[in-house]
Amino acid sequence: MSKRENIKKTYKLYIGGKFPRTESGRYVKWIDPKNSTAVNICRGSRKDFRNAVVSARSAFSGWCSKTAYNRSQILYRIGEMLEGRRSQFMDELMLQGESQKAAENEINQSIDRLIYYAGWADKYQQVFSRVNPVALSYFNFSYPEPTGVVSAIAPEETSLIGLVSIVAPIITGGNTVVVLASETKPLCSITFAEVLHTSDVPGGVVNILTGYRSELLEHFSSHMDVNAIVYCGSNKDEIKIVQEKAALNVKRPIVYSDENWLDNKGQDPYRILNTLETKTTWHPVGI
Amino acid sequence: METTTNKSDLKTDWIYSPAPESTDHIRINQRYDLFINGEFLLPEKEKYFETINPANEKKLADVAEADQADVNTAVTAARKAYENVWSKMDPAERGKYIYRIARLIQERAREFAVIETMDGGKPIRESRDIDIPLVSAHFFYYAGWADKLEYAFPGKQARSIGVAGQIIPWNFPLLMAAWKLAPALATGNTVVLKPAETTPLTAMKLAEIIQEADLPPGVVNIINGDGKTGRALVEHPGIDKIAFTGSTEVGKLIMKTVAGTGKRYTLELGGKAANIIFEDAAIDQAVEGIIDGIFFNQGHVCCAGSRLFVQESVAETVISKLKNRMETLIVGDPLDKNTDIGAINSKMQLDKIKMYVDIGLNEGGTVYQSSCKLPEKGYWHAPTLFTDVSQSHRIVQEEIFGPVLAVQTFRTVDEVITKANNTPYGLSGGVWTDKGAKIFKVSKAIRAGVLWANTFNKFDPSSPFGGYKESGMGREGGLEGLQPYVNLV
Repeated sequence: MSKRENIKKTYKLYIGGKFPRTESGRYVKWIDPKNSTAVNICRGSRKDFRNAVVSARSAFSGWCSKTAYNRSQILYRIGEMLEGRRSQFMDELMLQGESQKAAENEINQSIDRLIYYAGWADKYQQVFSRVNPVALSYFNFSYPEPTGVVSAIAPEETSLIGLVSIVAPIITGGNTVVVLASETKPLCSITFAEVLHTSDVPGGVVNILTGYRSELLEHFSSHMDVNAIVYCGSNKDEIKIVQEKAALNVKRPIVYSDENWLDNKGQDPYRILNTLETKTTWHPVGI
Repeated sequence: METTTNKSDLKTDWIYSPAPESTDHIRINQRYDLFINGEFLLPEKEKYFETINPANEKKLADVAEADQADVNTAVTAARKAYENVWSKMDPAERGKYIYRIARLIQERAREFAVIETMDGGKPIRESRDIDIPLVSAHFFYYAGWADKLEYAFPGKQARSIGVAGQIIPWNFPLLMAAWKLAPALATGNTVVLKPAETTPLTAMKLAEIIQEADLPPGVVNIINGDGKTGRALVEHPGIDKIAFTGSTEVGKLIMKTVAGTGKRYTLELGGKAANIIFEDAAIDQAVEGIIDGIFFNQGHVCCAGSRLFVQESVAETVISKLKNRMETLIVGDPLDKNTDIGAINSKMQLDKIKMYVDIGLNEGGTVYQSSCKLPEKGYWHAPTLFTDVSQSHRIVQEEIFGPVLAVQTFRTVDEVITKANNTPYGLSGGVWTDKGAKIFKVSKAIRAGVLWANTFNKFDPSSPFGGYKESGMGREGGLEGLQPYVNLV
């Protein structure tokens, strides 16, 4: 009897709730640190990014008008799905070079982080809203609203907890996102897309690309229909590019440098606030 | 039969006697120097520029122009004051200084109002009843925050940032100074403030008050000049935070300039607000709101309701009433208490407004201007509206910053929401309807930072102000207005 051959997974992009290959047809050969496995990762292009922004924009109005309770449950559901697929992520994290203990810790933290933000989805509005005591006969109140479509450059080193830590607060706040996965550790980022896909997250709310940071960073920063960019890393030249290109349409540049995403300090509601806008409404009081 | 929209309803034969605000109690120096480290200093190069009254083109004073070296002196003074005094002071004591400034402004309110009107051209009715009262209210509001910051940001501690460079526009000169200074000081930062070059005087009067209030030297420094001075301030390595109010164009330039430097910044930029009139609105009130929305402060307002959307079924009535009401607006001497619309702030701005009117005509718009007589001397522009324009017209897309209204019609709620959001700006908006549910739906759907329901152009220190999209980032006013001046740890 001949030995059964394994079915190898094709790693693709995640755009608009679908798993397309890059339109460019290009790939990057990824080989694990122990030189045991090689896979072809999509080398995402500017056009892939632009397509993803179109998806993110069209998903925005639906996502931001869902009830907070509903968004909360969907975030919770992502956590549930991740929990259920922990062994797959264990394998991939270890293939990416982590020890078993570190991989287990990273998965636990990632699940817990999703549950943490799930809980915030219907609470940050209360913490960050106000009734303002104006000295005129008006009822005046301020509340946070999502800023819109966010592009994000995920942390390079911690590819699962890093991705979760930046995507979760963005979508908790009602934004949609296009995120570039870790370049050196792309596997579990793409597998995370499968988790999202089975979690009632509407297509287009989260879009995940793989490819070269150096190639895509400028496009992530300069796109005119992106309202904010979250950059993770401490490369000074990259930060400068992000902040400079953001000026084109007054994008909000948010930079997370030197963060330990595995620590509880890597989560707080102010990270949700970073991609929110404050809206203030005046209404006359009288008859 | 006469209709209710007949012109004779509003147009009267009344003659208004002149009612000028007295100016004999006003002191304006011939020359204003730099206010640095609590003293008035000569500028390094001893260069001065004139500031004029735009209503009669007469010179009011010479004002020192700060160059790179002066900016450096100011930033150094601010840094010293930050490190040695202000950031270390008991917050409650810091608050007392700010309260004191608020009180002194209240005491000298009329003087400030008159100078604001003379230097900037806005009607005395507005500087007296809106600008200056809001200035003291703003200081008063933030003074109280100084020792309560621990309650503002749950789970975090607020720390001051350092030295703030603040650049403000000419449309609400002293009010914008207050919006910048009050939260910066309350949170323990020190400041170098640069007023706009056409309206430096009330800021220099404020410098006198800051001296009078015994504020420690260097906590507030005020230097004048044009864009070059502003640039030197933005680029100065000793500045930790930039706060800018002005055009989107310059805002983008600032973003580029500080990219990679780690400087924090907040931007209050341009706008092209939609003012939406539904058929079920109280029409006469709505017409007043349209007038306030676009002609307040000669339309020199970033949140001006410069795009009017009227539901088709009432469009004819609204536009006809609007034209009638425009006829009654009194354009002229800003110091006259009857004046509704004062002088355009500068020749440059007047030229820009005229250019846009030409563009509107060339693109096929139909113009209507009130038949008011404009004074011969000074810079003036009649209240103007355009009909027969559409989304693609430049006067619908671009900020004019003058008394020019672009009028469009719509049929459905969804249509007007799409049209209102079809702009790179997102500062403000107005909704007029008698239906509460519709107000909530529409004001939520408009992507802008301030929404006025059945009113327009209202401001208060406790109310956050600031835009979405290309209208800027960060908020001024209210609790939100503290955040741009603190690091949360």
